[in-house]
Amino acid sequence: MMHGQVVVGRSAELADGDRLVVDVDGTEIGVFRIDGALYAYGNYCVHAGGPVCQGMVINRVTERLDADKRSLGDAFSDDLHIVCPWHGYEYDLRTGAHPGDPRVRLRGYQVFEQGGEIVVEL
Amino acid sequence: MTTDPRVKTLTPQFDRFTDTREMLDHARQQSVEFGLDDYFVVDVDSHREPNAHWREVLEFMENPVMRSNSLATLDARGTMMYVPYPAPGGSGVSSQSMFGRVPHQDPQAEAVEGVTRHRDIELSRRAMDAIGIDVQVIFPTSLLGLGMSPLAEGEAQAAYAYNRWMIEAFCAEEPRIKFMPYLPLRSPEMALRIVREFAGRPGVVGFLVTSIRYSPVHDNQFMRLYAEIEETGLPLAFHAGPTWDDDWMKTMNRFISVHALSFVHCNMVHLTNWIINGLPERFPRLKVVWVESGVAWVPFMMQRLDHEYLKRTSEAPLLTRLPSEYMREMYYTSQPMECDDHDLLEATMNAINAETQLLYASDWPHWDFDLPSSILGIRFLDAKAKRNILGLNAARLFNLAEGPGVA
Repeated sequence: MMHGQVVVGRSAELADGDRLVVDVDGTEIGVFRIDGALYAYGNYCVHAGGPVCQGMVINRVTERLDADKRSLGDAFSDDLHIVCPWHGYEYDLRTGAHPGDPRVRLRGYQVFEQGGEIVVEL
Repeated sequence: MTTDPRVKTLTPQFDRFTDTREMLDHARQQSVEFGLDDYFVVDVDSHREPNAHWREVLEFMENPVMRSNSLATLDARGTMMYVPYPAPGGSGVSSQSMFGRVPHQDPQAEAVEGVTRHRDIELSRRAMDAIGIDVQVIFPTSLLGLGMSPLAEGEAQAAYAYNRWMIEAFCAEEPRIKFMPYLPLRSPEMALRIVREFAGRPGVVGFLVTSIRYSPVHDNQFMRLYAEIEETGLPLAFHAGPTWDDDWMKTMNRFISVHALSFVHCNMVHLTNWIINGLPERFPRLKVVWVESGVAWVPFMMQRLDHEYLKRTSEAPLLTRLPSEYMREMYYTSQPMECDDHDLLEATMNAINAETQLLYASDWPHWDFDLPSSILGIRFLDAKAKRNILGLNAARLFNLAEGPGVA
């Protein structure tokens, strides 16, 4: 496995809300730009090793209750999730944590921009 | 996007058009890491959706009026006459794919070009090769609800046609694919005919009862059927399924709830009737397989039925042993294997004699599929048990020759 800094793409080619999924010498990494910030995770779901970074990005589903604890139905929150396309495990894109069990967490990588390029620290 | 030769850009997002081999590339990587080439892997439960090739199936439907009606329905609506669909149970409410979150659960739309074999055979081969499977038993997804059709004769006609198509047009083309003909229990004469006609045909490794049905499996009208299956030496499999049309399931408002209970509830009912009415005593050589209910339900049922039986023995007069003892001689498929608590899983595996009775199943391409790594990664199983569960138990049960491309 590689170590060190690797340029995985150019900044201009990753718009806000988009992602870049790369294989770096056998290690797969997904890089996401959300509200201007970059987040990078290993493309391996904690559950079964599925290609989690290649799944659907969708807002977290919440359930609203009124003052009497009656359900008002489902709604989307502002939290963005990445969903593993194999089995549906969801992770918060800003923290890498599963919403139902924060111990279940994607492997994160340091990612930054330098000279118009996106760099991941392996 | 980068000129670094070590960096390769991958598809950003998968959808239902994604090639199976790309979707399952991590499974392929796992099969290399685990050395699966050195294992004989039998997948006892995989699925294909017959809707896409129902026109081919209808060529084998015997009743000319029902065939004509079915073709008219297919032409006009694209649906399969007599088959409650979309699943589960014809309710029209289905979220198996979690509304696109798990795209391989939706109808697979990937390109299949440059091959002469049937499209579904190609899709199955892509999955088998990626996962590391040597032999795969295929079940028809939407027909799992056929037992809920209001028309028993429609069930019988559709089942017979599908069985013939699978055997004559599908399995005949791909020896790695195996099949269990569907038994329309509400038409015992047709079920008996299916056993007599299809036992011994290439690719046939057992017979199937779809568990989503209200047929009491201990009814006297089925005894001749069971006796003849016992004589074939082939197993009888009860494949679970979901239904939202059951009165208990109707009280639930989420598919997660229906899926969690319905897939087990149906087999709990059939297993209870099977045991309490002494079917294992009546047909001691008939091998029974419980498919796609997971494994956690089995020790619960063992404890529950033993506890009741020791007090109410007079209500199960054919039994000569504890219910759990009969259950330890039955077979269970592994998927969806409840594996989040390894202590409970270990107790379950011990209770069901997993080393000889558990059969690996993938359930591919469905959303809760399991890979062989789900077995290989269990720390309390020894190497022999893993090989048995992954394929050798099934090879013995189905009388398969060990090795790739078995006949």
